[in-house]
Amino acid sequence: MDQPSIISVQGLCNSFGEQIIHQDLNLEVRRGEILGVVGGSGTGKSVLMRSIIGLQEPVAGKIRVFDEGMIRKEEDEATDVRRRWGVLFQGGALFSTLTVAENVQVPLREFYPDFSKALLDEIAHYKIYLSGLPADAAHKFPSELSGGMRKRAGLARALAIDPELLFLDEPTAGLDPIGAANFDNLTRDLKETLGLTVFLITHDLDTLYAICDRVAVIADKKVIAVGAIEELLAIDHPWINEYFSGPRGRAARRGHDKRNNPQPGRS
Amino acid sequence: MANAAEFLQEDLTDGGQILRLSGSFTIALIGDVDGRLRDLSADMRKIDLSAVEHMDTVGAWLVHRTAKESGAEIVGADKDASRLLQAVSGADQTDIPPRPHPPSFERFLAEVGHGVIISFTTLLQFLGFVGQVVKASFILAMNPGRFRWHAVVQHFDMVGVRALGIIGLMSFLIGIVIAQQGAVQLRQFGAEVFTINLIGRLTFRELGILMTAIMVAGRSGSAFAAQIGTMKITEEIDAMRTIGVVPAEALVVPRVIAAVMMMPLLGVYASLMAIIGGGILCWVVLEIPPTTFVQRLREVTPMTDFWIGVIKAPVFGAIIAMAGCFQGMQVHGNAEQVGLKTTAAVVQAIFLVIVLDAFFAIFFSEIGWN
Repeated sequence: MDQPSIISVQGLCNSFGEQIIHQDLNLEVRRGEILGVVGGSGTGKSVLMRSIIGLQEPVAGKIRVFDEGMIRKEEDEATDVRRRWGVLFQGGALFSTLTVAENVQVPLREFYPDFSKALLDEIAHYKIYLSGLPADAAHKFPSELSGGMRKRAGLARALAIDPELLFLDEPTAGLDPIGAANFDNLTRDLKETLGLTVFLITHDLDTLYAICDRVAVIADKKVIAVGAIEELLAIDHPWINEYFSGPRGRAARRGHDKRNNPQPGRS
Repeated sequence: MANAAEFLQEDLTDGGQILRLSGSFTIALIGDVDGRLRDLSADMRKIDLSAVEHMDTVGAWLVHRTAKESGAEIVGADKDASRLLQAVSGADQTDIPPRPHPPSFERFLAEVGHGVIISFTTLLQFLGFVGQVVKASFILAMNPGRFRWHAVVQHFDMVGVRALGIIGLMSFLIGIVIAQQGAVQLRQFGAEVFTINLIGRLTFRELGILMTAIMVAGRSGSAFAAQIGTMKITEEIDAMRTIGVVPAEALVVPRVIAAVMMMPLLGVYASLMAIIGGGILCWVVLEIPPTTFVQRLREVTPMTDFWIGVIKAPVFGAIIAMAGCFQGMQVHGNAEQVGLKTTAAVVQAIFLVIVLDAFFAIFFSEIGWN
């Protein structure tokens, strides 16, 4: 393989009691790509992410991240993997008793206890800048931030230890369209600058068109298709057709085409 | 494995020095390079990155900072390194303002002032809340059709029936402790038989009700605060208001009624359990047979002791339920508040119950119910 996969999920089964969430789910994430994961509500997108990062014990299946098995790993195990990824949870999941700058420093202190206070402050400063927050947000507590700022602060924390792999759980949900577009640009810039691999769960069709290299569709308890959006459009599956060819899907597509091939004289 | 970050200083022919960096300038391999770069004091003209194998933002930041502080020129950066340097250099334009840190005396004064303001506003709000509940009760009394019988019965179950086990066990043990401690002390005067007076009067008059109130505050007062606080956060209470449901009628009055009705029953039950505990200890340790125990109990315990307990109990119930609901309604913002307000509800309820109990004790003595 020319692009070795960073995440490899094979035969994943998850269930809550009687309810089966995933059955024989397979997925590969390649190095350096932004993989969008889409699916209807309740199809287990977040459960898939939680399984990969080890928060959810699957019933069966193999999960490898950076070529290390992640099943049945305790919090203090697999630290070599943990220091190479960053996770942005839906609500930001900031530690509410710490300021934004202290939040960013938590993973640094955990993995690199030798760093001096001055260096930690400097790193927090430029990470907060990179995530697009104003500098005076550094000393604010999460409760003093808006939803969008909390997500950016969560991103700054996820980026704190210069991860190679970034998990984003619905980063643009709940943001206004301008904030969402900014967040998309930020994700793409960071990916290009830092060479990140991004695992992105989203409902946002604009995000898919704007930044995703490939898209994985979850339906019927498994990943039914993975590929660039053009490839997915060629697949004949009712959910995919409805998703990409519904009114919102068409609108997102038109917007994307217009941005890429601006035609003067037409609006 | 990549090489650790390292650097060398070399003299340039035209004066000054060049800093040659090598190895991997990444967060995991940076080691002590940060401290050593800070300590450099030579006249640095150039920083050469051509031998750097790999770089991430932390490495780029170190290079950028060193270059900025010494005014050196960065040479030999490849495409990735230039992009990273470009990215982190933007942070220069924004300066983090220092964290506001007023002197400690000023902070102390501010905190005292803040505490005083909070106490008074809380007192006012609590009075307002009690007024709301009273008003809602009157409205419900006028319109019995709007009364939520179902909710009241459900709270009877939660506050009363489900508390029977723990309150019974606690009271039984307290009865044993009173009897045992009383027997040990009274034996010194040869007055062991007065242990029965102690048990009978103390449990009915004070401890049965007081311990029940503390247990109900811990079990149900906290639950009220947490339930209503969670409903505040999930905007359920706002939703009720928009539909035209008055939260005080729907949430508070049923809970207060349940606590008011259940407290006397639980209090009497607790007193009885304490007497059974004490009686068993008297039987086993002091060899007073149960029939004698009951007969003596009836002689020494006046009926007024029972009434004192039964009069106090509903008041305590109302205080506990209102403190719980009030603190629940005070929740604003995040989930952390629910925990804080739940604690506050229990502390406030127990404090008020004990203060009122002291007033009741004096009052009943004054009117001659000794």
